[in-house]
Amino acid sequence: MKTGALAAQTRAETILQLRRGENLVVTLAIPLGILVFFAKIDSVTTAGFAHPVDFLVPGVLSLAVMASAMVSLGIATGFERRYGVLKRLGSTPLSRGGLLISKTATVLGLEILQILLVVVVGVAIGWDVPAGIVPAVGLLLLGTIAFAGIGMLMAGTLRAEANLAAANGLFLVLLFLGGMAYPLDKLPTALQDFAKALPAAALSETVRSVLSAHAFPTGELAVLIAWAVGAPLLAARYFRWEE
Amino acid sequence: MSAAASDPAISVAGLVKHYGPTKAVDGLSFDVARGEVFGLLGPNGAGKTTTVETLEGYRDPDAGTVRVLGLDPVRNAPALRPRIGVMLQEGGLYPGLKPLELLRLFAAYYDDAESPESLLDTVGLRDAANTSVRRLSGGQKQRLSLAAALIGRPEVVFLDEPTAGMDPHARATTWQLVRDLRDRGVTVLLTTHAMDEAEQLCDRVAIVTGGKLAALGSPAELTRHAVSDEIWFAAAPGLDVLAIGRALGLGGDGVVEDRVVEDRPGEYVIRAPGTPERIADLACFLRDENVTLAALQAGRRSLEEVFLQITAEEAR
Repeated sequence: MKTGALAAQTRAETILQLRRGENLVVTLAIPLGILVFFAKIDSVTTAGFAHPVDFLVPGVLSLAVMASAMVSLGIATGFERRYGVLKRLGSTPLSRGGLLISKTATVLGLEILQILLVVVVGVAIGWDVPAGIVPAVGLLLLGTIAFAGIGMLMAGTLRAEANLAAANGLFLVLLFLGGMAYPLDKLPTALQDFAKALPAAALSETVRSVLSAHAFPTGELAVLIAWAVGAPLLAARYFRWEE
Repeated sequence: MSAAASDPAISVAGLVKHYGPTKAVDGLSFDVARGEVFGLLGPNGAGKTTTVETLEGYRDPDAGTVRVLGLDPVRNAPALRPRIGVMLQEGGLYPGLKPLELLRLFAAYYDDAESPESLLDTVGLRDAANTSVRRLSGGQKQRLSLAAALIGRPEVVFLDEPTAGMDPHARATTWQLVRDLRDRGVTVLLTTHAMDEAEQLCDRVAIVTGGKLAALGSPAELTRHAVSDEIWFAAAPGLDVLAIGRALGLGGDGVVEDRVVEDRPGEYVIRAPGTPERIADLACFLRDENVTLAALQAGRRSLEEVFLQITAEEAR
């Protein structure tokens, strides 16, 4: 496989992502909008957080990763499958491995842009960048693997339209149950237990703890690791390259 | 691993492929020589696309073997993919890219790719270079798909219904491209429903029905022994078919009706062998009526007639 091919593929995938307006809404506008809006209405002042932005930045970073790795990657891949692009690429020298490397690089590139913007906006509204930013990035990578696995599982098994609806619907559910815009303890107890088994809350709670020096939630980390292992394995097992 | 120049570019031996209980391909065998333009003809569902996609490495045979340039398309895929060009029956293009962007991307996959700009010119898409693929017409998408199949300077090209949906001008461009490929020694395997396309382009054709080989040979070979007992001609519409029958002496047994029919407006079929006398009589009739002859066929059947006859026999 040629490195030139990987670079060209990553470039093309990135151009395609940036050309899709709805993709920019879900990956950039919604996370930044939630950060600014919920910081201003100050609905989330919870024990242990001096300022709502301390709660919100870790949640919005997690939300951004979910938007890129699950929604953006999943919907694009689903339509590439519908239009026979994945099939066509299968008979070029760009192997499936090469395609996956390029898609990974595209998602990571988009996430770097998201993280920079969230941090810049967060600082502008009063967030102090804490020391835990490095382990936080590691956790966001783990979340990327989990959400990419979920996105690719849906993209490779559902029809393109069903995948579009499922990815957006799941994004909304995980936003509500993910402890991202408001604390999980605002939810009914039964719903809290359910939410804690999902990857969104596992990611936002672990990222929040390393960014705020709260006690590290090993249970949530175990949930996140389980999703990061299980979802890609299921995707690899059930992904169909042709619709 | 690499095959000698005298070995076939493509070899299919006893290929069988099922989809569930349906046998899509049922013991198909044929070889395509290097530099040959080979046509795979058959009705819908005959197994043409399944055969082509097996050669392209998309499907594993249930039985039998296929080789392209001496390589197994699935197990030797990394070695084979740089040497083949593929045009799928539909799809395969990023809707969000522009034609030139798409060809530049595909060019990056190959070591010695053609120039995307000049290939875009060759397929007549220069004017559409900055239109996104989703806004191209069906024929323009087909031409872009063809260009993407050729960008890597392939040794073997697979074209699955390359001219479906093209206007006559684009079809002529595509035919010329295929002839240029043959001149450069490139092997071409194409499927088509258009018998004139097969007759014009293909060195040899295989007619496939029900996943089996029904006929194999050059278009001339397949039509040589298919003697027609009809005369077909084209002229102005609305000629008096009864008068034609009488002029050709077909009224002798009292049943002129149905011996001469206007099949389609301006296209006439005379149900009698095209003997020299009858052709002369027809010419005299047309002279006397001052009717200009547009086309005349007698004696040999067209590939289309042979195809229809073979596929109808197989269907019974």
